[in-house]
Amino acid sequence: MLYFDRVSKEYDDGNKVLDNISLTVHKGELVSIVGHSGAGKTTLIKLLLAEEHPTEGTVSFHSDNIHKLKGNDMVKYRRKVGVVFQDFRLIPNKTAYENVAFAMEAAGKHDDDITEDVPHVLDLVDLKNKMHHFPHQLSGGEQQRVAIARAIINRPEIIIADEPTGNLDPLNTYDIVQILKKINDLGTTVILTTHNKGIVDSLGRRVITMEDGKVTRDHKSGKFAM
Amino acid sequence: MAIKTTLTRRIITAGLQGFYRNRTVSLSSIFILTITLSIITSFYLFRAIFDYTLDQVREKVDVRVYFTVDASEQDIIDVKAKLLGLSQVKSVTYTSREQALNDFKAKHGGDTLTLQALDELGTNPFGASLAITAKDTSQYESIANQLTSSSGLLGDSSGAVDKINYYQLKDSIDKLNSIIGWTDTVGFWLSMIFILMSCMIVYNTIRLAIFVYRDEIAVMKLVGASNMFIRGPFIVEAVLYALIATIITLAIFYPATVWVTKKTVFFFEGMNINHYFVTHFFQLTGLLLLSGVLLAVISSLLAVRKYLKV
Repeated sequence: MLYFDRVSKEYDDGNKVLDNISLTVHKGELVSIVGHSGAGKTTLIKLLLAEEHPTEGTVSFHSDNIHKLKGNDMVKYRRKVGVVFQDFRLIPNKTAYENVAFAMEAAGKHDDDITEDVPHVLDLVDLKNKMHHFPHQLSGGEQQRVAIARAIINRPEIIIADEPTGNLDPLNTYDIVQILKKINDLGTTVILTTHNKGIVDSLGRRVITMEDGKVTRDHKSGKFAM
Repeated sequence: MAIKTTLTRRIITAGLQGFYRNRTVSLSSIFILTITLSIITSFYLFRAIFDYTLDQVREKVDVRVYFTVDASEQDIIDVKAKLLGLSQVKSVTYTSREQALNDFKAKHGGDTLTLQALDELGTNPFGASLAITAKDTSQYESIANQLTSSSGLLGDSSGAVDKINYYQLKDSIDKLNSIIGWTDTVGFWLSMIFILMSCMIVYNTIRLAIFVYRDEIAVMKLVGASNMFIRGPFIVEAVLYALIATIITLAIFYPATVWVTKKTVFFFEGMNINHYFVTHFFQLTGLLLLSGVLLAVISSLLAVRKYLKV
């Protein structure tokens, strides 16, 4: 469903962060992308979210070149992709409920669906009791669970999680990984970037290793190896 | 239709919520906008005072046609009718010989020597006169020329005219015209500079307020919000800033004009600024609302646009 075809990315200062990447992600996969800082993981994610454009090559979702999408088509694409960031990126002046509801409102969902689905999803991430708390009233782990709830509320085809446990303690890290695994078990494709060996090894799923902007390993059922 | 209504309702709710929850940012934006609207209101009122004062000065300037003592009343009435027929003439006031004598006596009431000399004459030495007020001070010259030219306005009645005092007043009128022209230009550019400066301050305040939201705007884009859905609440907030700033400005200026009127009613030749404020209330409210809304909304749109390019 997701295709990187000979993708390179070079910034204006001449720094080449991705070098001729070609890979395919199939529907229902859980893929971990591992690599040192500066290996190109985050740039790969930014290309997927169309925050950045490739210098060469194409990134396609089904048959659409993501970077050719404009206006409403881009909005529709982004609604099919749920995204979770290391720094949570919640809207600070909205409660947990409102943060999750925002994604549904933006997608034009009906009010009845919003009042029904939001508490349900917050319950799934074990935050039903804190749904009217603002982000600053929640711990890092709780904020990340709100971000996951927001990412999955519109039933996206892919969840992209960029270092989702980078700012969390081991207990919260375990919880987040379990939630992502559960989402994947329910059929959603998950792409996860991480530094955490324990997570990758415990998942026992596909692992793509990146070094200096290149894919150096791609194992179906891999372990963390650098 | 239902989707659009829901979208509008959600945008308005989000705007109201953002306005309330970011009270500090909202208050600072309203404060700055109130200052700008106050500057606009001040210029609006100064303009009125300026125009009124100039009108008063203009009213005091007139050109007089003095008739000989032998001039018949019919001649004078004919000249008055002809003058009223001129497009430049605003009004013509007739002063009879008797009235001129009475005015002179009233003016020199305490000067017995002058009054005795007048009595010695035995007759009324004053001729009748016509005081001409032009619609614009620049038109006096043309009126005076039409009165003095041989083929001019007076025609057969020219013998009845003793003198026309325009040429004695010419320097004063020219000076007045140049002052009016100069103050008009300087006033216009001065108000433009002040208004432009305050617009820049409002734009920068709103830009800074929205700068705080740049990451949020990027996240909103990434979770699939359309540009309109992101911009909408900022527009709602901007309209609220303008509405509240307008109310505050009017609330400040009402008592301020009452106070200024009390202090300056003699200084401004009887102009009642508060009365002007009250009679032009709706016009001023419209002007402030329109400027406030345009300024705040355009500033918001420009500031948000930068962060929508994700």
